[in-house]
Amino acid sequence: MYLAAASVVQGVVQQIVSGLATGGIYASLALALVLIYRAMEALNFAQGEMAMFSTFIAWTLITQLHVNYYLAFAATIAISMVGGVVIERVIIRPVEHAPPLTVVLVTLGLFFAVNGLAGKIWQYVIKAFPGPPGFPQSAVSVGGVSLGIQDLFLILVTIILLTILYAFFRFTKLGLAMRSAALYPDTSRLLGVRTGWMLALGWGLAAGVGAVSGMLIAPIEFLDPNLMQPVLLYAFASAILGGIENPAGAVAGGFIVGVLLALIGTYVPGARDLRLAFGLVIIVAVLLLRPGGLFGRVHLARV
Amino acid sequence: MRFLGLSGRTWVIAIVLILFALLAPLYLLDRFNTIEFAYVWTFAIALIGLNILTGYSGQISLGNGAFMAIGGYVTAILYWKLKIPYVLTILPAGLLAGLVGYLFGFPALKLSGLYLALATFALALSASPVIKNFGDLTNGHEGIVLPQAKDPFGIGLTNEQWLYYLTFVLGLLLFLFARAMLAGGTGRAFRAIRDSETAAAASGISLTFYKTLAFGIGAFYAGIAGSLVATVTAYVNPDSFDLPLSLGLLVGVVVGGLGTLAGPIMGAAFVVWLPNYAQKVLDKPDIVYGVTLILAMFLLPQGITGGVYRLAAVYRRRRAVAHPEEEAALAVGQQAPPVAEREAGGG
Repeated sequence: MYLAAASVVQGVVQQIVSGLATGGIYASLALALVLIYRAMEALNFAQGEMAMFSTFIAWTLITQLHVNYYLAFAATIAISMVGGVVIERVIIRPVEHAPPLTVVLVTLGLFFAVNGLAGKIWQYVIKAFPGPPGFPQSAVSVGGVSLGIQDLFLILVTIILLTILYAFFRFTKLGLAMRSAALYPDTSRLLGVRTGWMLALGWGLAAGVGAVSGMLIAPIEFLDPNLMQPVLLYAFASAILGGIENPAGAVAGGFIVGVLLALIGTYVPGARDLRLAFGLVIIVAVLLLRPGGLFGRVHLARV
Repeated sequence: MRFLGLSGRTWVIAIVLILFALLAPLYLLDRFNTIEFAYVWTFAIALIGLNILTGYSGQISLGNGAFMAIGGYVTAILYWKLKIPYVLTILPAGLLAGLVGYLFGFPALKLSGLYLALATFALALSASPVIKNFGDLTNGHEGIVLPQAKDPFGIGLTNEQWLYYLTFVLGLLLFLFARAMLAGGTGRAFRAIRDSETAAAASGISLTFYKTLAFGIGAFYAGIAGSLVATVTAYVNPDSFDLPLSLGLLVGVVVGGLGTLAGPIMGAAFVVWLPNYAQKVLDKPDIVYGVTLILAMFLLPQGITGGVYRLAAVYRRRRAVAHPEEEAALAVGQQAPPVAEREAGGG
């Protein structure tokens, strides 16, 4: 009896850890969404596809050109950031001041274009994406709970990513300029901040953060052009849960969604295929019950 | 010379167009193109519904493909389990989808703009896994094969021609229904809500009633279209109703022209034909699709229909400069051209 209870606890802890690991992936993509939302109050529906494209770049570097995994990881982030800036300058800038729906539609156009381009270059065939060398696909046992080493890698990367972003926004002049451009665009412009470029930089950062999420999930799910569509849904759910304007909230939301999905997928019979629908339920429930998210504020509008 | 709110000239144009559409499959179209047009009319039905929802009542939906899935599966399941012929399932398909859409309209009441876009996006993504999950009813991944629809009257139509006429006549009826509704009090209430919810509510328009009604009607049209897609294709599977379908509907209604009557028909032609041509030229249609959508948002924010009106206005202005007296005479007898009513709903 006691033993059975202990193994149940171990099982739950195991699921929580693996949920935190995938939650870190959702958190990264959610963070990318929040970065863009804060900069221009728009949702980027192409964020997942951009991340998918970045992941294919990493795949090409690692498996075709035999670049070192960690070098390719860093190079992919850099390439993605440049790509994000270019996309903002070329595609988003013309509709920067258009109604939100127009921006949504442009990002949907980007969604199709990027997905199609990836399909054309890399075909719609699933590909194995290598895991990080030095982190074998085995597990370590801690107090009877077996923890996947790659899960620990995922959690580690997420924490590093968050720390870097936090430090960037908190302690650098550029980070301050980006925050002020997002919050008070007119005042910032008067004070000499180039708000247009800050927005482009926001897109660059988001693309880089998204690339990380893609490269982290690809070894788990296999790589194909539709890899990131479910992840995008969970990232939306995470961002909404944490408050779409709150980066820390989005990250917390990502971890919560990751753990919830892991537990539901394991302990609710037949629910594994329905995880996408749970994403829908989370989004609708949060928007109805607590529109500002767990950690956000509710905006009141003057009419 | 006005009859039922239309000028004599408009009547002539409408009758000529309808006659042309009725005769085309007999004299002009080959088998392949006849089926392609059956898809155009089918998508036009779904787009008319989405246009009522997004273009007229101002509620964006990225998820109407999920309502099409309900319609398609009603037809498929009723045949698979009970052997009910498809003709009898079209109306129930629309009604069930409409009911689900109406119910989805209630939580949607509290969401606006981007958040509604997000919730309906999640709806679009959820449709296919939910269908797969209920394999006993839906046959899971394998989908359900339906019999080829045949001309029931035995008047010598080929299968393709019969499907063409079925979709065209239903499309025409539903178009006329939508037109009548939008011209009346319901349409005025939708537009009032779209332009300002606060002002509409202050004028005594029930937001709850009309916004959920718009969702129900949009989903009803989508359900009918889903049933027809299943019938024309003679097959459904969960991936027939994937995310690109839902997004494609929105693309079609926006590119056609939100809040215009002709928009959905233009949009349907765009959604059905463009991928085909893109496939031939580039062998990957999605790129062309996406790039066209982006360019359309830059160049034609009011869609094809809005663009045509704008061109017509420019032409008229030029002519007015060249022949002022002729234009003045014309202007007296004729209404100003309806400009696309608004560039975008929601927001």
